Amino acid sequence: MARNDLQGTLDLLVLKTLSQMGELHGYGIVLHIQRASEELLCVEEGSLYPALHRMEMSGWIRSEWKVTDTNRKAKFYRLTPAGQRELQSAEKSFEQLVKGIRAILRYA
Amino acid sequence: MSVFRRIVNTFTRSKLHQEIDAEIQAHVEMRIVDNIAAGMSPEEARRNALLRFGNRTVMRERMTAMDAATSFDAFWRDLRYAARQLRRSPAFTAAALITLILGIGANIVVFSVLNALVLRPLDVPQPAALYNVVHKTPGNDNQSYPDYVDFKNQNSTFSDMAAYRIENGGLSTRDAAYKCWYYRVSGNYFDMLGVQPAQGRFFHSSDEHGPNSAPYIILSHNFWRWHFDSDPRVIGTTVDINKHPFTVMGVAPAAFHGTELFLWPDFWMPVVNNPDDEGTDFLSWRGSHNLWILGKLNPGVTPLQATDNLNAIARQLARQNPVDEDLSARLVKPGLMADMFGGPARSFLAGIMVLAFLVLLAACANLASLFAARTADRSRELAIRLAIGSSRWNAFRQLLAEAMLISVLGGALGTLFSSVLLNTLTRWQPFPQFPIHVTVTPDPKVYFVALVLSIGSGILCGLIPARQVWATDSAQVMKSGGAGTFLFRRLALRDLLLGVQIALCTLLVTSSFVALRGMQHSLHAPLGFQPQGVLLAETDLHMGGHFGASVTQIRKRMVEEVGRIPGVASVGIIDETPLGTGGSSSLVYREGTTDFRPSNSALGAKFFGISPGYLQSAGTRLLNGRDFTWHDDAKAPKVAIVNELFARSMFGTADSVGRRFVWGDKLPYEIVGVVENGKYDSLTETPWAAIFFPLEQNPNSDTSLMVRSQLPPAEIVPELRRTLAQIDSGLPFVFHTWPEALAFVQFPARIATAALGVMGLLAAMLAVTGVFGMAMYSVSKRMREFGIRVAVGAQPMQLMRSALSRPVILLLSGSVAGLVLGVIAGQLLAQIVYQATPRDPLVLGGVLITMALLGLAATWIPAQRALGVHPARLLREE
Repeated sequence: MARNDLQGTLDLLVLKTLSQMGELHGYGIVLHIQRASEELLCVEEGSLYPALHRMEMSGWIRSEWKVTDTNRKAKFYRLTPAGQRELQSAEKSFEQLVKGIRAILRYA
Repeated sequence: MSVFRRIVNTFTRSKLHQEIDAEIQAHVEMRIVDNIAAGMSPEEARRNALLRFGNRTVMRERMTAMDAATSFDAFWRDLRYAARQLRRSPAFTAAALITLILGIGANIVVFSVLNALVLRPLDVPQPAALYNVVHKTPGNDNQSYPDYVDFKNQNSTFSDMAAYRIENGGLSTRDAAYKCWYYRVSGNYFDMLGVQPAQGRFFHSSDEHGPNSAPYIILSHNFWRWHFDSDPRVIGTTVDINKHPFTVMGVAPAAFHGTELFLWPDFWMPVVNNPDDEGTDFLSWRGSHNLWILGKLNPGVTPLQATDNLNAIARQLARQNPVDEDLSARLVKPGLMADMFGGPARSFLAGIMVLAFLVLLAACANLASLFAARTADRSRELAIRLAIGSSRWNAFRQLLAEAMLISVLGGALGTLFSSVLLNTLTRWQPFPQFPIHVTVTPDPKVYFVALVLSIGSGILCGLIPARQVWATDSAQVMKSGGAGTFLFRRLALRDLLLGVQIALCTLLVTSSFVALRGMQHSLHAPLGFQPQGVLLAETDLHMGGHFGASVTQIRKRMVEEVGRIPGVASVGIIDETPLGTGGSSSLVYREGTTDFRPSNSALGAKFFGISPGYLQSAGTRLLNGRDFTWHDDAKAPKVAIVNELFARSMFGTADSVGRRFVWGDKLPYEIVGVVENGKYDSLTETPWAAIFFPLEQNPNSDTSLMVRSQLPPAEIVPELRRTLAQIDSGLPFVFHTWPEALAFVQFPARIATAALGVMGLLAAMLAVTGVFGMAMYSVSKRMREFGIRVAVGAQPMQLMRSALSRPVILLLSGSVAGLVLGVIAGQLLAQIVYQATPRDPLVLGGVLITMALLGLAATWIPAQRALGVHPARLLREE
């Protein structure tokens, strides 16, 4: 069954971002989501970091301290193979969710 | 995430906090830079960046709480909480602990013995490749030396093959003489096993050059330490074995004690020496089965391939030698006198292991119901915890932690107790005349089993309460005040557990009664002799250097001079004491047989050599004919006395005096007397035909002097000792009464009875506590109901019926089931214990009375409590 909660959506956004961008720190993820969604989606920092932590513990992403382009130390995240698989299933379940909502809206 | 990191994280919580802070700090700083770039003032940019995070402490807590480290933390918390809970109810904890200590301890003891005798391989390099080559029919594992040589030289599957036998003899130095047990081994024995000497050197095949060519011995480490003070100068010196000189060549390492698991010999010598017998030499006699063959498989060869290989050789040998017509090969694990004790030891220990395991299961069932009762008492607490948001998993984990804590603690204590017991067992030498010594010190395998048993019982005990947690409907429980509707469903499972436990208890009680009665029977069994009032003085005349004619003379003197001791009613000599260390058997042929192959034989019979007067001293009744006289000597015509079974199966009548038969030496013997049947090897044997020869017509150095006297042994032994010392002061004698000597044949039965008794006692204790717990629980849960019923006029008997009907029905049905099982098990027991039968009114009555008493003991207090119910007080309390 598709996991149709909002937390799942945040996971999906983060995983998709990392799969497209390779390696990013938390702030970069926020910026990318904002930019890619043309300012439609705004990730709350208060939810992002717990989500990152949880995903790291699930083995979907890996983290590493590195230096940014602006010479600042930050924690960079990248996708693991397990994360790649999770992304695929999350994408699929998200599509189902969208389909379901569309269907309801049509008859509402 | 690795367990290691979890543990590390527990101690580095603060480090985790720091890392989270650093990450957020970096984020905030980057946001500030971007904000300023977007045109905010530094102040504004900072506030905006921080605001976006909301409450940072809450967030950090959420993150650390998520971390696996906290689950380890929670585990500790559960454990501490469980320990506190258990401390608060010491009676419950003590009951549970004792139950587990008994259950797990019994298992560990039995498993250690099983491990020592069956599972553990010999303590030599590559023990897995070693196999004894025995005959296809179990029970006869000895091989002849020529067959050994042919097997060894013609096989293609073994890297080497050694032969050995165990003998006893006298070792004397200038200062002392010892009665010893030793191995006679083929020259390659140590080389094949891959053992290295502790001192000196071992002998090799190259040291053997035909009969009596290698007079060397290798001392065991223990013998060297005790009798030679660990003096290395003993190497190269000469000692006498049965008055023949032998050179001490080396000392074996301390851990090496030959190729039996429980025998500790004093020394080893090459098999080509024959210190026992001058005349007959079994080394060249293919029909004389005296050795065990031990082979080491080539790498990569399976036992099956090797067996096929050896059987092909056996078939060829059978074609060449008529005496080998039945020759066949089978491989068995070495260590139990080839496989002589293998079968009985394995099946007996496996049986006891199953019993011990059942006892542990019963203990777990008991504990589970104890825990279940406790959980039910706490059902309100659980319901509240669930209602205010604790997850079922949390509550379940809590209960499991308690069960685990108790079982691991019980397991540890059980292991401790059993290792004390096992250490005693290791030091125990059941028979002073044999170097038997079972090392049952627990090894890692035993500790592993202990751990598995503890954790297994913990899970088993925790599962039933867990079911309750899962079934708890908090609203329902809080409404109905504890004893909810699910009580009856749960009781059904507990009923079953308890019923099984009672059945098991009855089974064990029945078996111990059967074994006890069998033991009692065996004391009055018709043995074919009267052991009461007989004193035995046993020796081997070769140890005193007596051979040939000297043997006859000294025996005659012994009988004559001991017979003159005041108070001695009669005296005689037999070479092997019946129901003692053994005795040999041989095939018997009808008169006129010319082809002496085994299939032409008339029957197999035990044979003994006896002196005149033996029959009278032993109390064996002569049915027909006459006793021997001293004139039946080597020069006289060959004569024999046979038992009734021999006479009947050979000639169809007990009165067969004057008839003839041909014995294994192919000579005809005339029967001069017939005696009553007897027991010769064991109390449970199928009756044997037996032949008694005059001592001088069947030369043998073993001498067992039988002295029948009315006087107590303490009065007669000193006089006997003095008389014998006058005849030959260098002969070592072992003195004991015949009933004492019979302890040897009763040993298996005694062990079985003791083991069953202990198990039965354990099971009875568990059953009593189980029934007691259940009855007590059901009474205490229904006190309020009883109060109301008394208030509306119920009679005490009615209360009793409703309070105790369930336990009593269980007790009855469990006992009946157990009794039926016990009757079936009794048939198995009959193989170990003499005339063990459950169809004995005393046994059945005893079991019924025992179970009734157990039931009474278990239900007495609950019944008192139900009867003593006081409605007014009870209703006030609630």
